[in-house]
Formats: sequence, C-alpha cells, structure tokens
Amino acid sequence: MDTLPTIWFVAIAVLWIGYLLLEGFDLGVGMHMIFSTKNNVQRRVMLNSIGPVWDGNEVWLITAGAATFAAFPFWYASLFSTLYIPLTLVLLGLIFRAVAIEYRGKGATARWRRAWDLALGLGSLVSAFGIGAALALTTTGLPINENGDRVGGPFAWLNGYAILGGLAVVGFCLVHAAAFLGLKTEGSVRENARRFLVRWSPIALLPIVGWVLAVQFINGKTWTWALILVAVVAVVWAWFSARAGREGRAFTGIAVFLLFGASSIFASAFPNVLPSTLSPEFNLTVSNASSGDYTLGVMTVVAAFGLPLVFLYQGWTYWVFRKRVSETHIPDAHVVRAAVLTRES
Amino acid sequence: MELDPLLIARWQFGITTVYHFWMVPLTLGLGPIVALFQTMWVRTGKERYLRMTKFWGKLYLINFIMGVATGLVQEFQFGMAWSEYSRFVGDVFGAPLAMEGLLAFFFESVFLGLWIFGWDKLPKKIHLATLWIAVMGSVFSAFFIIVANSWMQHPVGVELVDGRPVMVDVWAVLTNNTALTAYAHTIFGALGVGGAFVLGIAWYQLWQRRKDGIDTVDATGRVIVGENPSIPSRDREDHAVWIRSLRIGAVVAVLAFGGVALTGDLQAKLMFDQQPMKMAAAEAACHDGSAFSLFAIGDLGARDCSQVVNVIEVPGLLSFLAHGDFDTEIKGVNTLVPEYQEKYGTVDANGNEINYVPIMAVTYWGFRLMITFGAMAAFAAVVALWLTRKGTVPASKWIMRLAIVGILAPFAANSAGWIFTEMGRQPFVVAPNPNPSGVDGVFMFTASAVSPGVTAGELLFSLISLGLVYGALMVVEIRLLVTYVRGGTASALPPADHSDKPDDTDKPDDVLAFAY
Repeated sequence: MDTLPTIWFVAIAVLWIGYLLLEGFDLGVGMHMIFSTKNNVQRRVMLNSIGPVWDGNEVWLITAGAATFAAFPFWYASLFSTLYIPLTLVLLGLIFRAVAIEYRGKGATARWRRAWDLALGLGSLVSAFGIGAALALTTTGLPINENGDRVGGPFAWLNGYAILGGLAVVGFCLVHAAAFLGLKTEGSVRENARRFLVRWSPIALLPIVGWVLAVQFINGKTWTWALILVAVVAVVWAWFSARAGREGRAFTGIAVFLLFGASSIFASAFPNVLPSTLSPEFNLTVSNASSGDYTLGVMTVVAAFGLPLVFLYQGWTYWVFRKRVSETHIPDAHVVRAAVLTRES
Repeated sequence: MELDPLLIARWQFGITTVYHFWMVPLTLGLGPIVALFQTMWVRTGKERYLRMTKFWGKLYLINFIMGVATGLVQEFQFGMAWSEYSRFVGDVFGAPLAMEGLLAFFFESVFLGLWIFGWDKLPKKIHLATLWIAVMGSVFSAFFIIVANSWMQHPVGVELVDGRPVMVDVWAVLTNNTALTAYAHTIFGALGVGGAFVLGIAWYQLWQRRKDGIDTVDATGRVIVGENPSIPSRDREDHAVWIRSLRIGAVVAVLAFGGVALTGDLQAKLMFDQQPMKMAAAEAACHDGSAFSLFAIGDLGARDCSQVVNVIEVPGLLSFLAHGDFDTEIKGVNTLVPEYQEKYGTVDANGNEINYVPIMAVTYWGFRLMITFGAMAAFAAVVALWLTRKGTVPASKWIMRLAIVGILAPFAANSAGWIFTEMGRQPFVVAPNPNPSGVDGVFMFTASAVSPGVTAGELLFSLISLGLVYGALMVVEIRLLVTYVRGGTASALPPADHSDKPDDTDKPDDVLAFAY
C-alpha cells in the first residue's frame, strides 16, 4: 500500500490549492491594477488591500515546490526540466511582481509608477498563465521518456491543455481578485469590482471549467462528479450573491468553487502525478515517483506540526488587517528629499 | 560553435546564486540590528531609537524584497537545469528545503507583513515581537539552506539503495558537523555585512553634518552638536541617531569577525578531513608538507601542479590549520589525485578523463580574498570605534569615501567564500568522503547532474534573461538605497502618532498607518 505517498499527494494538492486560493487574488489584483483603472489613487487602494499579505501568500508556492521536491523528486525533476521555458518566464514574472509591489511607492514620479504598474500587472499575468499551464500539463501529460526526460525539444510541452490551463488560472485570478476587492475595499474600487464580477465572471471562469471537465473525461471517477457538482452550486451561488451585493458570500462562493473544482482535478488525476503522452508505461505515479517511506514519515511529522501553525498565524494576519481600505485612507505620496544643505547657484 | 549545456548551466547557477547571496547576508545581518533598535525604542521610549528603527528598517525592506525575488529562482533551478541531480538526491535534499518553507519562510514573510503594516495597529510589544519573529524566520531559513548545501559537501544520514542515497537518519542530516560550522560561519559573516553597512552609512551622515556646519568641534576635540531647521531631520537628536548607529554597527562588525575567524578555523579542520582536495587546491599545495602559502604565482588555472610557484610560505601553519599542531604533513594535490582515481575512477560516463583538481586560481585566491576582505572590514571597524570616541567623525572627505567603499568589503568576503566553497567541490556536485567520516560511496559528478532533456538554447535563454533582469534590478536597488540614505531619517518617517494603543477607534487614518 502506498499510504505515505498518497498522504503526500494530498498534502501537495492542499499546498497548491492553498496557493491558488490565497495568491490567486493578489495575482489578480496585480492584473486589475493595469486593466481596470488608470486612476493612481484607485491603484493604491488595490495595492494596499494586498500589501500586508501577498508575501505570505507566495510562500505557498515556495512550499509547494519544495514539498514536491522532497516527497516526489521524480515528479519535480521531470516537470520542472520539461517546462524550462515557461518556468523561466514564471520566475521573471514573479521577480518583477515582487519588486514592483515594494518599490512602486518608493519613487514619486509618474514615470516610475507607470513602469512598476506595468511590471506588476504583466508579471502577475505571466506568472498566473505559466503556473496554470504547468499545473494543467501535470494533469494531462507531457512527452517524457522512460527516464522522465522530455522528448521533442524546448516547446514539446506547448499544446491546447497548456493554453487552457494558463487561461484558466488567469481567468480565475481576475474573478477571485474582484471578489476580494469587493470585500476589502470601499468606494469606487468596491463598486467596479462588483460590476466586474457580475459581468465577466461567467466568461472568465469558462477555461477553468473546461480544464476540470477535460481531466474528468480523461481519467475521472464517478465520485469526482460529486465534487464538480458542489463547485458548480458554489459558483452559481457566488454569482447571485455578487449581483445582490453580498460580497462576503460572493467571495466564499468563489473560494468553495476553487476548493472543490481543484480537488476534482487532483482526485481525477490520481494516482498519476505526471502522465507521459508517449506511453502509459512511462507515467509518473504516486508509487514510482515518491521518496522513501522514512523521508515521507519525517516530512509528515514536520507538516503535521507546521501546517496548522501556518493556518493559525496567517489567519491572524487576515484578522489584524480585516478593515476595508478606501481612497480616504491613502496618504499623499511620500517624497524623499536629500537631507543636505542645498547650495544656491 | 557547439554550446555545452553543462557549462551554461554552471554559469547560470553560479551567477544566480552569487547574486542571491549579495542580498541574503544583508537581510540576515541588518535584520537583527533593526530589531535591536526597535527593542531599545520600546524599552526607553527615546525618539532616536524610533528614528533608527524606521530608517534602517526602510533600507532593510528595500533589500529584503530582492532576496525574496531571487530566492525563488534558487528553488526552481534544481529541477529545471539539474534534474538528474534532483532525482539522485531528492530523498534527502528536498526535505530541508521543504522544512525551510514550512518552518521558517512562512514565519519570515507573514510576520514581516505584520511588521510593515502593523505600526499603530498592534500594541507596541506585539509589534516588536512580529519583527523578531520575522528575523528569526530568516535565521532559521538560512539554517535549512546550509543543511541542504552541507549535505552536498559531506553526505551523511543516508544509505545507498540501488545506487541512490536514501535517507535513514534525519537527525544526522540536521546536525551534520559541516552544516553546523558552516551555518555559524555564514551567520557571523552576514552580521559583518550588516555591521559594516550601518557603520558606513552612519559615517556618511555624520560627515555630512560636519560638512554642512551643523556639528562643530571645540579646541579639545569634543563635538558641539548643532541643528539646522532648514534641512529635513537635521536636528540635535539626529546626531544621536547616527553616532549610536555607527558605534553599534562597528561593535557588531568586530564581534562578527571574531565569530567568523573561530568558525572558519573549525571549518578548515573539517575540510582537511572531509574534502582534502578542496583544501589542497586552496593552498596550491602540490606536494605533501606543512607550509601555508601566502602568495603564489604561476598558472594556477592550469589545474595541475607543474607551474605553481609558491613565493611566500609560512612553515608549519598549514599543519596548524588542519590539526592544531605544527608538524603533521598535509597531503598535497600530487598525492591526492591517484587516491581519488583509485576510489572514484579515472574516466567519466562519456569516456573523458576526470580531473579531480578544482580550478586552483579560483580556490586559492577565493580563500585568500575571503580572509583579506573580512579582516579589512574588521580592522576598519576598530579604527572607526577609535576615531569616533569623542562623538563625531573626522571632516576628511577621503575617510568618508573609504567608509562608504568599506561597506563592500564584507560583501566581497562573503562572495569569495561562497565561490570558494562551491568551486572547491568540483568536479563533484555531491562530494565523496575519501577519509570516510560520512557515508562512503555517495557522490555525484557535476557533469552527470545536468538535465538530460534541456537544450543549450533554453539554458542560454534563462542565463541571459535572468542576467539582464538581475543587472537592471541591481541598479534600481542601489539607486533607491542611495536616495533613502541621502534623505536621512526624514525619508523614512512619515508623520504618525506612536501611542501605545491597539486599533479600537474608527478614525479613517487607523486603517493604514503605512501605505504603499
């Protein structure tokens, strides 16, 4: 029995879903900052709504990656080396995004702000797309040989599923961010977010629905339909809540939609962690891609102690910063002047 | 020209790692200093310590984010460019990385967010605690990374099963003696960076106060503190901010160097035992002997011994470094090569002869530059303490410039040390234990570690794109640091009320005490 590898498959699914649930909205806020408004104060409202929490959210990605390395080294090695180009783009996107969030407010000129807005918006877009493509491909398969190495050159991964997964995560992030902004801000940003949610979410969520169904039809089980059913109910409820102006319910509905939709994807793909499109014999599964039982046992102890702690203190952060941000809260930009004697010329 | 993926992958790894390791020591070194300043503020309530916290905290954050952004690349590139390595070591190497995420990096990131935005929202002491937790997160994070790296230098806690190391003792991995000494060495090295950084910038500010005529010196050399209301933040308290920062920075730098020297000595003794070839190459010690070379000429890059000429040697010192006495003979390169060939073979998988000697020019000078730059920084800190004993700095523009340039010395020492320890391990990516003090037989050649499916073009793409972005961001970071330094404490002090009350009012201003 592959008990420990199965536990770790679930743990990694939890980490990825946690990542999409949390960083999903801050990636989306980054995109909304360039696509939804040109007004600087509105942009700062959006940015400050994620300010205290975005860095903690990103750690879910780091931990998901490291946990994959520790628990399923063969999955980690095959997936990351096969997706060399898209992951390089993801890294570039994440670098620009992180630096933009911290540096945007540290310069006072309009040019400085424009440059960092672009870095933040495009960085978020590229990262979300790349991560979506990577996740979709790990559920639908990559051209890997018996050693787990890619066959067919740098772009062998590029197919319809990659694009579908990329669009799915981008679309989800935009919707999730709109729900988040509706919940966390006040005034015009809140109004715009609600309008976006009602008008665009049915279209923006189509790709993720496509991905869920694709994996379900390739490899699904009967019981995973139940998960999909819950996801559908949740998203419909979210949409009606948004229309009624119930932002808390809308956000919860979107979150439940992701939780169950993504769970159905992981559950359908199980026991494969990375199927091979060349031959089913080369599939990486929970049993042939995992670390030894000792390593998994150690990691289980660490996770059993660490994860609940993370839930606790990260949850506390959201409690501390629970208030809505509005345009009246945004102080004037802080201009830095040199503290030296200015010579009269 | 045929591009060699291995060569590009190595350059890519080297460049991204050394770059990341410019940000990390400053984060590790400056963090505790900022936390110390805030502790002093909470305990004494003195305005100067608040300003110190805010000013150095701002510089800390500007640097911190670059460490975060470049750290992601570190984690991803093992799988991307070194998939065979990842498969080989995954059972043991991934565990400390995952522990870093779960037990350290989450603390660091979440609590730093609480610290940045928690001014005025959290009670004073809890707000102080958030910074200490974030700083401890960084320090623990470094521990797990060093554990992972040290396992590559000295594999322990595993058994070979079907040619692959399988972890059997996580405690052995976490308490690897190589890891413990390297960790202490790295933390002290980082504190040296933090101390010199604070020292150099504080020196510049005190010098600026003298140049602008705010501070003057009386006949006995004692400083007369003045103020200039027309310049932001240049009041009487400002002087205290900088002189306190400077002297604390200098003390940290001096103590750190002491720690670096002690732990470095322990490391050297372990290295003679665990990686004899690395130390022999670092000494350009071709023949067996006991002399330590201070200066050598000849073609150190040739990776053999025929052309190395040691110009200045100290008899007995090498023995002392290795064993604590003056006459034990240390094996030289010419003795070690046949031993390695016998144990680990003479040709690699492609039939090429294996060269067991790391590039001597890099190891030899890397080792010496590390020690020289580290000692220079410590010496400068002692001089700075002496020169500022009466409360200000000399008016000399040249000494000020030296103090600024001096900030770079510990960075250089850290980089040289890092390059030495990584290049000295070649041609292995996981080094074996020739004098088995770990698990014998666990090793991997760097040439076998690279991803088989990845093309040279892909590697080149990431090397160039990351290289360009890193270069541009370095310019941006330094420009921002310079701007905020020139702004003095006013640059980091938006007007705010720092009374000790939790967030219970509904004034609109309470939502964002700090805003991007």
